[in-house]
Amino acid sequence: MFLKEYIKDVVGGVTSLLKGMRKTGYYFFHPKEIITEQYPDNRATLKLAERFRGEVVMAHDANNEHACTGCTACELACPNGTIKIITKFDMTPEGKKKKAIDTFIYHLELCTMCNLCVEACPTGAISMAQNFEHSVYDRNKLTKKLNKPGSKVREGVE
Amino acid sequence: MYTQTDVIKDTTADGPEGELVINMGPQHPATHGVLHLVITLDGETIKKIEPHLGYIHRSIEKMTESLTYRQFTYVTSRMDYLSAHINNLACAMTVEKAMQIEVPERAKVIRVLMNELTRIASHELWIGAMAMDLGAFTPFFYAFRERELITDIMEETCGARLTMNYMVPGGVMYDIHPSFQQKVKEFVTQFKHKVTEYEDLVTNNVIFQSRTKGVGFLSKEDAISYGCSGPVARASGVSCDIRKLYPYEVYDKVQFDEVLDTAGDSFARYMVRVREMNQSIRIIEQLIDSIPEGEFQAKTKAVLKPPKGEFYTRVETARGELGVYLVSEGGTTPYRIKYRSPGFSNLSALDHMARGSKIGDLMATMGTLDLVIPDIDR
Repeated sequence: MFLKEYIKDVVGGVTSLLKGMRKTGYYFFHPKEIITEQYPDNRATLKLAERFRGEVVMAHDANNEHACTGCTACELACPNGTIKIITKFDMTPEGKKKKAIDTFIYHLELCTMCNLCVEACPTGAISMAQNFEHSVYDRNKLTKKLNKPGSKVREGVE
Repeated sequence: MYTQTDVIKDTTADGPEGELVINMGPQHPATHGVLHLVITLDGETIKKIEPHLGYIHRSIEKMTESLTYRQFTYVTSRMDYLSAHINNLACAMTVEKAMQIEVPERAKVIRVLMNELTRIASHELWIGAMAMDLGAFTPFFYAFRERELITDIMEETCGARLTMNYMVPGGVMYDIHPSFQQKVKEFVTQFKHKVTEYEDLVTNNVIFQSRTKGVGFLSKEDAISYGCSGPVARASGVSCDIRKLYPYEVYDKVQFDEVLDTAGDSFARYMVRVREMNQSIRIIEQLIDSIPEGEFQAKTKAVLKPPKGEFYTRVETARGELGVYLVSEGGTTPYRIKYRSPGFSNLSALDHMARGSKIGDLMATMGTLDLVIPDIDR
């Protein structure tokens, strides 16, 4: 009786094992159904979703102008203190003082890509870029200035 | 408080002869989690399990006290990272309840669709990890193949794969991607076809069955008294699906069954999760073609200020019941936030379930509890 059960167990075990092996064997002989991406080698063809959040960038047009007015809405919206905006006062042609952006400091090492700053921006000055390879050898390189040197606010953006 | 070495010294000095205290974990943070179990053994039999927590404690509850009502939802993605959407939803729902914001119908349907996709993704990962714990390596890749489709859908619509921060108070952050419906339909077709592979590979495997059947038994009474929820309690016969009992969003308008089992062992918990995935597919199929037109986000003020009072919301995550208790003083930041996480209560039953069993069975018991350590420690 014991022997009978023992043999039954062994046969049942081997059958279920072979059933599983048939599944894995199928993929062994059908390499086209494998979906693995060969990541570092396929950099040229790698396509990320357009909404993918990699880092915050500020778009500049051909005249080196951006849409950031320095209102600090993004700084207030950020949960981690990733953004620091240093403002200055520009003189308008009429001789009035006007608040403007001096430096847009972005700490990439603190950023969690939550998109709250982009949502908060009233002028659409900042957006999320798809770059995700952020590793550098010096962490100071992760602190970025988003407005390019010499850039200024686009005319008509309030 | 005592250190690890003290634990070993004390129990071996005072404990009866033949008893052995071993430390299981804490492992590397990049692996399964950093759970530390101090196990007292008599030979191979487990006499006591003492979980040591706090290795990944980030004081999320305290952190939220300094964040505004728009900011605090993103942190909860880091609690139960496998059901990040559902955690965010619980927070968003609490704020909506407090401020009495009416969420548009379209946002509600999108939220439920995302929730169910998250639930499938979470159970997929769990099947892979659980089979790997028990020594089967291949199912891990098969499970991740289907999960990858979901993360791709998430990436396209939400902009991130794991910590989406897609649910915001008042609705969802963006509208769905134009290809969302088609992609989800493709996923549903493929999932239905491929889910049979798990049955061949895992469910019907004799080794898997003999390692899980009758292992880690939890009775209905114990499941209730330990406060278990989710698939762990449902496998013991406790009807506790929040989606069914206290429907939120559009769960009262869709047809689905609450998956129940009465065996209470590891295999029952496995089967409950597999069947739950099929129920999630059922919900998705009902909703995917009938997403109503309209706004995806309600108009809200720039600064949210809920009135003074206490608010509580509960949702069903992939692991069980998540409760968010919010105390508002009327300001821009919460006065206090308390999370009732499913993982913590489920872990508390581990000692009772594993006592008297062999140490080899502990892997099956622990695996079917589906523990996510950041959810336990917060």
